[in-house]
Amino acid sequence: MLVLGQDEKAKYPFLADAGEYLKDKGFSLVQFGSDPVLKLSVEKALHRIKVASAGEVYKSDIDKDGQASKDYVLEREVFSFLLAIVLIKLTGMSTLIKRFALAEARRAEIYLEKDLGNASNKSKIDLATRIIYDLFNIEIIKENDFFVIPVSDYLKHSVTFHEREWKLINRHVENGKVFLTPDKTVRLIRKELGNYISSKIINAPKPSMIPGLENAVNELILISKKLTPTYTITTGEYPPCIKHAIDVLEKGENLPHSGRFMLATFLLSKGQTVPQIAPLFKNAPDYNPRVTLYQLNHLAGTSGSATKYSCPSCEKLKTQDLCFITKECNDIINPMQFGKKRT
Amino acid sequence: MNEIDIKFLEDSFKKYYFNHFDLITSPPRTSEREFGYQKFNSGMFRHISLKENKELHLLFMQNIPSDVYCSNAYYAFPNFPMSEKDWKEADLIFDIDAKDLNLPCRKNHTMSICNECNEVSKDTSQCVKCNSTKLEKKSLPCKNCIGASKIEVNKLSNVLINDLGIDKENIHVYFSGNEGFHVYVYHSQFQEIGSKERSELVDYIMFRGAIPETFGMKKFKPNRSLFPDFNQKGWNGRFSKYVFGSKSKRSKIISELLDSGYPSFQKTLDDVSKNIGVKIDPNVTMDVHRIFRLPGSINSKSGLSKVLCTDLTKFDPYVDACFLSDDPVEVLANCPIEFKLKNKKFGPYTNEKISVPTYAAVYMICKKLATIA
Ligand code: SF4
Ligand SMILES: [Zn+2]
Ligand SMILES: [Zn+2]
Repeated sequence: MLVLGQDEKAKYPFLADAGEYLKDKGFSLVQFGSDPVLKLSVEKALHRIKVASAGEVYKSDIDKDGQASKDYVLEREVFSFLLAIVLIKLTGMSTLIKRFALAEARRAEIYLEKDLGNASNKSKIDLATRIIYDLFNIEIIKENDFFVIPVSDYLKHSVTFHEREWKLINRHVENGKVFLTPDKTVRLIRKELGNYISSKIINAPKPSMIPGLENAVNELILISKKLTPTYTITTGEYPPCIKHAIDVLEKGENLPHSGRFMLATFLLSKGQTVPQIAPLFKNAPDYNPRVTLYQLNHLAGTSGSATKYSCPSCEKLKTQDLCFITKECNDIINPMQFGKKRT
Repeated sequence: MNEIDIKFLEDSFKKYYFNHFDLITSPPRTSEREFGYQKFNSGMFRHISLKENKELHLLFMQNIPSDVYCSNAYYAFPNFPMSEKDWKEADLIFDIDAKDLNLPCRKNHTMSICNECNEVSKDTSQCVKCNSTKLEKKSLPCKNCIGASKIEVNKLSNVLINDLGIDKENIHVYFSGNEGFHVYVYHSQFQEIGSKERSELVDYIMFRGAIPETFGMKKFKPNRSLFPDFNQKGWNGRFSKYVFGSKSKRSKIISELLDSGYPSFQKTLDDVSKNIGVKIDPNVTMDVHRIFRLPGSINSKSGLSKVLCTDLTKFDPYVDACFLSDDPVEVLANCPIEFKLKNKKFGPYTNEKISVPTYAAVYMICKKLATIA
């Protein structure tokens, strides 16, 4: 992983390891609930989430180069980001994650663009290209005033854009490469940056309640409820067919192709990400990490045919001997409906 | 098609497959491909997986197919239903067909076959005999058609090599067996991209969706220094050559473009697209689950084979893709247009009983212009 300076961590706080950062600074999470100075960071974190949930980008106290007159300002930038994640985790509300991640991605974009466009400072350009390579596996090479990337990488990211300007015909293309300005380069990865940040939040462990943060958490729950759609999950349980498939895999037994297809499409549709699902398959007798990732990405529609596959119907699963119906199944026609009712 | 004609075509095809199996190369990574075939007067059999050349040979010998197809995609389970095949990647593929080129020669060699009374006439919108409008069009593509298709193939290669960075050795051009060419691209950076991305690539190659700004025309405060120049790579350079013509005219034409303004520049771009965009069939390239005629197999629309063109300039489909025997056959021919195969002229015939070599008989029967006498 990248080694970052304090100012770089302030610009790209999602690259910092939360636990290590706190340890380095000599603090524990609990102190943030009580220490009056540290509480300033909590307030800032709360503000950061509120701004994001309103669909805006939070304005940092650091300047465009990531500099600040005082060290503690930089520190508070990082703290507030890490605490924002803690607060979101404590609310248990997943609706906040997406908005927060997107807003933070937009914020980071500003710095990435500045770093890429910094003609005089090669190390800044290197850092930005390294981040893009490490996170998204896109190799960007600087050529004069432009950044060049392989056409196939460009297409994978640009196809979701609707503006005509993003069509390949409206770019300079030469020898299998697309030429981009710094702002376009960064714009290209906005969505992925957002996804990266949200997967970091989803994967962070949920802490137990920290005394002193209750009010902030409650306030966020209220905000998030206003954003929640009308479907709620009444039981967090998986349907019997899915539980059975997971069981089989955990025992290291063989799950037929159709069973893997069902499990993967089910979990993907539930919003799980490919890196979250992949480990489930590692006990399988024929496990191959590369193939598994490949197949999952394919099902998720993130690669290849770009068709997103959905979970098969109960009827189909019955014919494949994958259905283990119980009365909780309640006449549903697709496992996706298990345990859901309209509110 | 009647039983006797089918029997004759099957016998001729079988003989070809028996004698020329060397022309049929099972594609690289055979076991990851989906195969399909058709028999005369029957539907398509798909989702077939084959392990090796021997199995492919067996498929030909046992079924005597009218047409055989193979996917450009690679799958983990080629014989599963489409949604469970597990798509891995696909070679990039392009279809250039003379019938999509809007050539003026076309009407001279297109015939209309009436579905009601079987009357064959030169291109018309209504049967000359029974006035029916249910007509089937059949074309016997001419030299000009083939020449124009070759020009498109060369334009395509140029974009693939210079713009998209593809090695020349990885571009294989095949005569389709009827009216055009299939261009395959192997081992490129595009193997794993999906349908949407391929469709963007198609727009690039066809010069579709360009905005004036890309070629130097700004909406506000246009500036002549932004227009493309001859030595530029990619579409900028090709645009210059086409729109400015020569270096001496560049400055004058830029002034004209600036005078006519932004909205009219969009028309210039449409004109560029029509004239120097590469005329490929967009649907073919976008579809990553399609199966294509297998190289070496016969196209039942003509009786000609789909073959690799190693020297496109010299390639003559009516000689180099015609492999059926010379044995004479008696047919009843109704073919109002003259055609040439293996350097021999045939027709026109008006309801005549004639004796012609097998390859010519097959050609006409495939085009519904003759039956076994
Ligand atoms: S009824 Fe549907 S959800 Fe229930 S076990 Fe069967 S397949 Fe799964
Ligand atoms: Zn008629
Ligand atoms: Zn012609």
